Amino acid sequence: MSYVFIVGAKSDIAKEVARVYAKNGYNLYLSARDTSELEELATDIQVRSGVEVKLVELDVTKYKTHEKIYEDLEEKPLGVIYVAGFMADQDEAQEDWSKSLNTINVNYTGAVSFLNIVANDFEKQRRGFIVGVSSVAGDRGRKTNYIYGSAKAAFSTYLSGMRNRLHEAGVSVLTVKPGFVATKMTEGLDLPEKLTAQPQEVADDIFSAQQSGHNTLYTKWMWRYIMLIIKHIPEFIFKKMSI
Amino acid sequence: MSLNSWGMYPQIDNKKITLKTPKQIKAFIDANKEIIPYGNGRSYGDSALNTNIIYTKPYNSFLSFDDKKGILHIQTGVLLSEIIESYLPRGWFLKVTPGTKLITIGGAIASDIHGKNHHVEGCFSECVEEFKLQLPSGEIKSCKKGDELFLATCGGMGLTGVILDAKISLKKVSSQFINQTTIKTKNLQETFEAFEEYKELPYSVAWIDCLASGENIGKCLLMVGDFCDDGKLKYKEKNRLNIPFNFPSFALNNLSVRAFNWLYYNKAPNGVSKQKVGIDSFFYPLDSIKNWNRIYGKNGFTQYQFILPKEKSYDGLKEILQTISGSGKGSFLAVLKLYGKANKNYLSFPKEGYSLALDFKIEDGVFELLDALDKIVLKYEGRIYLTKDVRVSKDTFETGYEDIEIFRNLRKKYKMDEKFNSVQSKRLGL
Repeated sequence: MSYVFIVGAKSDIAKEVARVYAKNGYNLYLSARDTSELEELATDIQVRSGVEVKLVELDVTKYKTHEKIYEDLEEKPLGVIYVAGFMADQDEAQEDWSKSLNTINVNYTGAVSFLNIVANDFEKQRRGFIVGVSSVAGDRGRKTNYIYGSAKAAFSTYLSGMRNRLHEAGVSVLTVKPGFVATKMTEGLDLPEKLTAQPQEVADDIFSAQQSGHNTLYTKWMWRYIMLIIKHIPEFIFKKMSI
Repeated sequence: MSLNSWGMYPQIDNKKITLKTPKQIKAFIDANKEIIPYGNGRSYGDSALNTNIIYTKPYNSFLSFDDKKGILHIQTGVLLSEIIESYLPRGWFLKVTPGTKLITIGGAIASDIHGKNHHVEGCFSECVEEFKLQLPSGEIKSCKKGDELFLATCGGMGLTGVILDAKISLKKVSSQFINQTTIKTKNLQETFEAFEEYKELPYSVAWIDCLASGENIGKCLLMVGDFCDDGKLKYKEKNRLNIPFNFPSFALNNLSVRAFNWLYYNKAPNGVSKQKVGIDSFFYPLDSIKNWNRIYGKNGFTQYQFILPKEKSYDGLKEILQTISGSGKGSFLAVLKLYGKANKNYLSFPKEGYSLALDFKIEDGVFELLDALDKIVLKYEGRIYLTKDVRVSKDTFETGYEDIEIFRNLRKKYKMDEKFNSVQSKRLGL
């Protein structure tokens, strides 16, 4: 059975995404900066689903290593899912350039570097799928979160362009825009229960949207309409708002 | 933040911490009293509620599987449904399963749950080889069959500490289908006879019309069965229906329950009939409807489950059914089951005899009715199931459980009583 490559497999969303694909019979490449942290997940998935799981050391911000890492894969994946993400606190990122830079690099530059290689290969093979986990934060810049949001906006635009380019080659590209998700990243925040998805819910949504060839997925679904409204608030009002 | 139990009653505000590592849990235990582990929130009453909750469901890795012995090692938050999904296609199934697969392994051990095969296989603890328990001191103990911590924790309602992971043995099956026989009876006498006649079969359960009166008291559909032998293991759960909001409280009344019961009973052919059904419809009929608890309205509901010793079951059940039928408060779900021998766990519910489980909407007069039923249960030397309970009195509870003092002393010895408590344990002085 084909392999799916998960970039940034340590997060709560990635863990559930990995489980869903394994449950449906896909073998997995799980990647992270430090793969020792993925061993428990790899065992979990093997015992659960009996698929092959291989660990790949990958730092998304070490661009020069990407080509070789991809070339070295014994079997090229059928799909790549980019889940790696980093959310610095807005106030800290404003003060500390390194935090801003890391936000941009993990959420955007690293993704471009790695997915360019993937896209070229998939285009040549005329098959495959790419899933990028972006964010509703990229739909409009807000004062509380715009450094992270702008990196996600760039990522969403990149995915949209790639979808346009690869369509002809039969390669599908899915942009995922989760709203609030109950994860390590959001633990302790007071999130509205009805708008907050569980990682497993997000993973199930991603799997079914990818399998049916959708372009953009808002999860939970009501975020599509919330963001539609937020995007259409005129700037002269929006700039005075605090949302 | 608030987590409810399945009955949606009572509502207790609480602070929760998600179980990630035993080390982080130790810090939480050190800093707090009034802690109880909480799995998937499927126990009905107040046994998993307190002001501080250790949320165990995300602690759910599979650790290993020994395919010669069929022993699966998993963390406490794994749901039974996850085990079935992974292992039924490979020809393995749970030795003991309750009527929902949406409970965690930790919850299954803490409630020492039982299933339709109790008269053959016993409680869940029978298939637990060992587990790791984090004590109030933070120390982690390996508990094996026969240890006092094993006897206290299986059925101990989370009051002995945090169960971290467990080794459970699975059984070989060669199908995802069950050969089911349905026997329709006219009264309690016939129901009892049918249970006896079919007790060699591993699985049995009866649905009783608890609003029937007079001659028809105890009329039921008894469903018995065993796994097929057709090698069809390709198991995939169907999509679940969802009940998106609480039903208005008047939706469920004497009339609608009567209508449902009439339909259900009359749908089945008279006498004895045979069907081939999937495991989901045989074991977990209610799991196919997400949030079915919402049909009872926003005030919630409770399940009343008691067991009577075998020789007193007939008279006791008759009196109880007469009382319920006379009150006009009944439930869709009145489940009667035959049980095998009790085990040695201090607080496990089952013992040899018959048990009846009934749902009641929380409304005026319900608690008075249940108090009246308690008296009958005690008169016939029965006891109440903690996992379903939300209102039983300390005296009624204690009369049913003869090992209660051993349990209390063990709690003191390990200082469990100073840290691990639930709304229920305080009500019952556990």
